[in-house]
Amino acid sequence: MMSMIRLIPMPPGKITAGTAMFKGRDLLTLSDDEIRDVRGAEIAMIYQEPMTAFNPVLTVGRQLIEPLEIHLGMNRRQAQQRAEELLGMVGIPNARERLNDYPHQFSGGMRQRAMIAMALVCGPQLLIADEPTTALDVTIQAQIVDLVKRLREELGMAIIWITHDLGLIAGLAHRISVMYAGYVIEQAPIKELYAYPFHPYTISLLNSLPYLDSNRQRRLESIDGLPPILLDKPTGCAFAPRCKYVRERCWKEIPPLIPIDINHHVACWIDPRSGKEHL
Amino acid sequence: MSEVLLQVQNLVKYFPIKRGIIFKREVGRVHAVDDVTFDIYRGETLGLVGESGCGKSTTGRTILQLYRPSSGRIVFDGDNLVDLQGEALRLKRRRMQMIFQDPYASLNPRMTVGEIISEPLIVHGIAKGQKAEAEVMRLLGLVGLNPAFINRFPHEFSGGQRQRIGIARALALNPSLVVCDEPISALDVSIQAQVVNLLGDLQTQLGLTYLFIAHDLSMVRYICTRVAVMYLGVIVELGNREDLYETPLHPYTQALISAVPIPDPVKEEQRQRILLSGDVPSPINPPTGCRFRTRCPLAADVCAEQRPEFREMKLGHWVACHKV
Ligand SMILES: Nc1ncnc2c1ncn2[C@@H]1O[C@H](COP(=O)(O)OP(=O)(O)O)[C@@H](O)[C@H]1O
Ligand code: SF4
Ligand code: SF4
Ligand SMILES: [Mg+2]
Repeated sequence: MMSMIRLIPMPPGKITAGTAMFKGRDLLTLSDDEIRDVRGAEIAMIYQEPMTAFNPVLTVGRQLIEPLEIHLGMNRRQAQQRAEELLGMVGIPNARERLNDYPHQFSGGMRQRAMIAMALVCGPQLLIADEPTTALDVTIQAQIVDLVKRLREELGMAIIWITHDLGLIAGLAHRISVMYAGYVIEQAPIKELYAYPFHPYTISLLNSLPYLDSNRQRRLESIDGLPPILLDKPTGCAFAPRCKYVRERCWKEIPPLIPIDINHHVACWIDPRSGKEHL
Repeated sequence: MSEVLLQVQNLVKYFPIKRGIIFKREVGRVHAVDDVTFDIYRGETLGLVGESGCGKSTTGRTILQLYRPSSGRIVFDGDNLVDLQGEALRLKRRRMQMIFQDPYASLNPRMTVGEIISEPLIVHGIAKGQKAEAEVMRLLGLVGLNPAFINRFPHEFSGGQRQRIGIARALALNPSLVVCDEPISALDVSIQAQVVNLLGDLQTQLGLTYLFIAHDLSMVRYICTRVAVMYLGVIVELGNREDLYETPLHPYTQALISAVPIPDPVKEEQRQRILLSGDVPSPINPPTGCRFRTRCPLAADVCAEQRPEFREMKLGHWVACHKV
């Protein structure tokens, strides 16, 4: 996903194939200058570790004001005022004074908010969020998620939220893609996926989770084997070494992502409901 | 399950903050644990939950006397550990072990699995040589690892397997209490269930008592019989799993539980969240009165003036709040 806005330097990270389309332009074919423009203004990114988004030796205010001047052509006063609004919008009290602070003077939750403010600075149409709440406590996470949902409404931007937390994403996304070892293995509207998971990995993952609202003492399903090592390129289905439905064909051919319903796509040779091959 | 194995009474642990190069003087203190009282019953799993920095690990480590408490009593199997020294303490400490969050950092990378697991046996003069090796093999089997791995090094194992090694080592001395400090937090989601199931099986097989420290409230509900909620160095609520999750009394517990996502989009759509404002204050200068008052939606004047007493509201359900 990082490669989508080319944050991975071309060597050593490589985009081996495929296209990444954004508003009709293929991001992989743009020049570096064009990419920088798209990245700053139309696509923004937030991360797990907010310090990576900030320059530690510049004040938060300066880092908000500069892109407003450069990308949106505002004068200093306008930019200053917008920066203040942005900090206020993400719930930072005393925004005017806090503009003079350096990133390290903010607490963890505040830094995450300031990073979101910075991502929003040029009114992006797409926000890519890479586990931005993973390092936060749940009460702070709830505040951030609430904030992001409100901003999504107000600003009408699209969000790609990368996470390993199937609880968090259930309350946030409209559609979900499940990835395993670098492949999308299932894709569906959010309610469809949780109600009718299809891929053996998705099913096991959902059965391995405990639920906050039940005392159900069923045994948690454990997925045997180890998480995938991304170094070896599999010759067949990447989940085969851990899959209880695995058969001959799975080792030899990579299953393609195919529709099993109008909006529901799965990459698996088997229909786990019948245990038979469905392709 | 009514026999008390461990009593923690008015436990306090401050860490001094020192400044100065030659003459170090104390310029402040981290109030990591500040007057905490609870019991653990034999055979149960007591969950200790709360957000990072609230004092969970310090509580666990102080119980095991890895840190000496600033004040308070820790009565284990009838003896106050705080009064014990040397050999007497060492003998008691054998019965209490710890499993750590980061299975890699807690295993010596230059020792083989066999050396790691047998070390406590040798140090305590329980077994050595072939007898120790046989014991290591047994322990490896117990935690679901192939006994043939005895001569391998920690880096040859996955995260989940390393956590199993840590568990085998903790069980070597046949403890009755095991403090599990976030034992699954660092593991891949697909591996967490394996370790949780293993801990459950071992408890049934060996009659272990667990203090299970975690911040994943869903997992704690699944694993624990009773749960204590900590905030900024104090326990704000303690009760049976059902009581605590179904009818939480403390405003912090209510907010905490409401903040935990449920992996079900239909339920998530219907849920009402109690959103707290602001961040957790510093444990160096914790708020007067109730520690939670700076974020509490119900805070009143009395909350700044008096520390709320930890009271039993109904049988076994304790809470520290003026407004309950
Ligand atoms: N050895 C130590 N020296 C100084 N401060 C410490 C030490 N260990 C923990 N603390 C501080 O005590 C508080 C509680 O920490 P800890 O018990 O690790 O919390 P938790 O396990 O709940 O995340 C924190 O503010 C932490 O920074
Ligand atoms: S393709 Fe085969 S190995 Fe892969 S998930 Fe489906 S059944 Fe399992
Ligand atoms: S004592 Fe006061 S501030 Fe503390 S939790 Fe109760 S109502 Fe809130
Ligand atoms: Mg800890």
